[in-house]
Amino acid sequence: MKFNETFEIIFFARAGQGAKAAAEIIAQAAVSEGKFVQAFPFFGPERSGAPTKSFVRVSEIPISTHEPIADPDAVVVLDDTLLGSVDVAENLDMNESLIINTSKSHDEIKKSVPKFRGKAYLIDGNKISSAIIGQPRPNSVILGKIANVTGVVKLESIFSEFRKLFAPKIGEEETEKNIEAIQKGYDAI
Amino acid sequence: MRNGSRERINFIIYIKIYTSVMNNNKTKNKALTGGAAMAEAFRQINPDVMPVYPITPQTPIIETFAKFQAERIVETEIIPVESEHSAMSACVGSSAAGARTVTATSSQGLALMNEVLYIASGLRLPILMAVSARALSAPINIHGEHGDVMGARDTGWIQIFSENVQEAYDNVIIGLKLAEKTMLPIMVIMDGFITSHSVENLEILTDEKVKSFAGEYKPEKFLLNLEDPVTFGPVGLPNSYFEFKIDQGKAMERVFDMYKKITGDFHTISLRNYDLLEKYKSDDAEQIIVIAGSAAGTAKEVVDKLRNEGKKVGLVKIKLFRPFPHKEIAEALKNSKSVAVLDRAMSFGTTPPLYSEIVNSLHGTYYELLITSYVYGLGGRDIFQKNIEKVFNDMINGRYIEEEKYLNSK
Repeated sequence: MKFNETFEIIFFARAGQGAKAAAEIIAQAAVSEGKFVQAFPFFGPERSGAPTKSFVRVSEIPISTHEPIADPDAVVVLDDTLLGSVDVAENLDMNESLIINTSKSHDEIKKSVPKFRGKAYLIDGNKISSAIIGQPRPNSVILGKIANVTGVVKLESIFSEFRKLFAPKIGEEETEKNIEAIQKGYDAI
Repeated sequence: MRNGSRERINFIIYIKIYTSVMNNNKTKNKALTGGAAMAEAFRQINPDVMPVYPITPQTPIIETFAKFQAERIVETEIIPVESEHSAMSACVGSSAAGARTVTATSSQGLALMNEVLYIASGLRLPILMAVSARALSAPINIHGEHGDVMGARDTGWIQIFSENVQEAYDNVIIGLKLAEKTMLPIMVIMDGFITSHSVENLEILTDEKVKSFAGEYKPEKFLLNLEDPVTFGPVGLPNSYFEFKIDQGKAMERVFDMYKKITGDFHTISLRNYDLLEKYKSDDAEQIIVIAGSAAGTAKEVVDKLRNEGKKVGLVKIKLFRPFPHKEIAEALKNSKSVAVLDRAMSFGTTPPLYSEIVNSLHGTYYELLITSYVYGLGGRDIFQKNIEKVFNDMINGRYIEEEKYLNSK
């Protein structure tokens, strides 16, 4: 993990899957750890189901650039149906992380991302969240996975930011279910 | 006393002052979008009136602020109107009545206000307007650009650009005071989406600090003052109109000194330094880029990178655009060999707006430097560090090709 410079993540998702919220939670969690951040969506047409892109930068020093992320350190894909149409692994090197929410096997995914030579981290966020939350909400599960794979923020920081942001909106009980889902995402192999 | 120990003592005193300021301020480290940060500044200012009409990408500002008002956190009277023309008209009425008045807009909204913008400045009303700068139709485009604010550059409003979320927040607080001290309306500009919708770290001052900095608004003349009845906006015939306009021009000239004083005061509460323009490693630079808004941050990283490679490059960032600090700009550029001006707008039929100003600044100085013009980011087109790096390298190599002046265009 390269922390002498900025750590950059791109989220690929479909509008409505909560990628922007996930990106913001990573950012706020990093802020709570005293780091510098930037989180911004790719400003495309925002229709439910349309492909979206969100960016996060985390750094130990102030970030002044405002260019979109072109060479990420990690890529997170919330919807595996995007794999055929978008080159998610563009500029992603062998030692960098590709995290995909999918129920497919490694072999199947490999065929969809032929150019990527590194390790893909697969997690079935829909299944895990359906079991815990009762709805396919992969974004909370994926947060745990991101914390585990990249170490960009601590799991505890994600928990506390998630609680701060969502407890007033969805209530204590639903929030704790999501926290459990994040933990499951972190623990999943 | 030996020099070394004196320095050390100075250092200790500085640390003491620094920590005492920090303790007094209890500045909060947070991460917010530019829109939310401006709304936060508005909350702390707690203006009397805010006439509003929503438009992307400004809406998050008034949306967030309306929530504060609904929760009774602020006492502001929000006037939802049916168009931006009405929003600015309501601002004029409210400000003339003696109320501290703010609003926000973008793009077509700013264009629709245009006629009333001149009235606001002509009546010398210190209205503060947050602008989330965006491209103008046609073709329809909601993304970041400076075309809208450049279209309003001759309306008699002070215009100040913000590079990032921190500056967007700070400029609202500085701008309010600047407007009220000079009796001129002000546009506090941030880049649509790039700044307005990006979450970034910022330090927020305490409510008490902002409230005491802003002070109470006490206009000298206002309509609802029954003790001293006055007229606003009478006819100005050929025997007086001319002098009104000359006075307005003089008022604009006074902005420079007032801005320096206010930013000086702001420094004591925030420890953040603002000058008429920002010079970034430009003092000994041979090649300088002049730029305004969020892309200045991108360019700073390029400057750092090229400096590491031993190239003497620098950046001059525009803050005040109206009034334009010609003297200071010329001074900042005088030691360079070449200057490239990067505009995020066009001026059809002539050179781009910022470039024209810079040429104007250098006119009559006899500095031997080459000045070139580039346009970038229209309608939200991305600008990458590599695009800016190429401009620097072309300057170093004495290369300028007219066809390549539109950065990252197809």
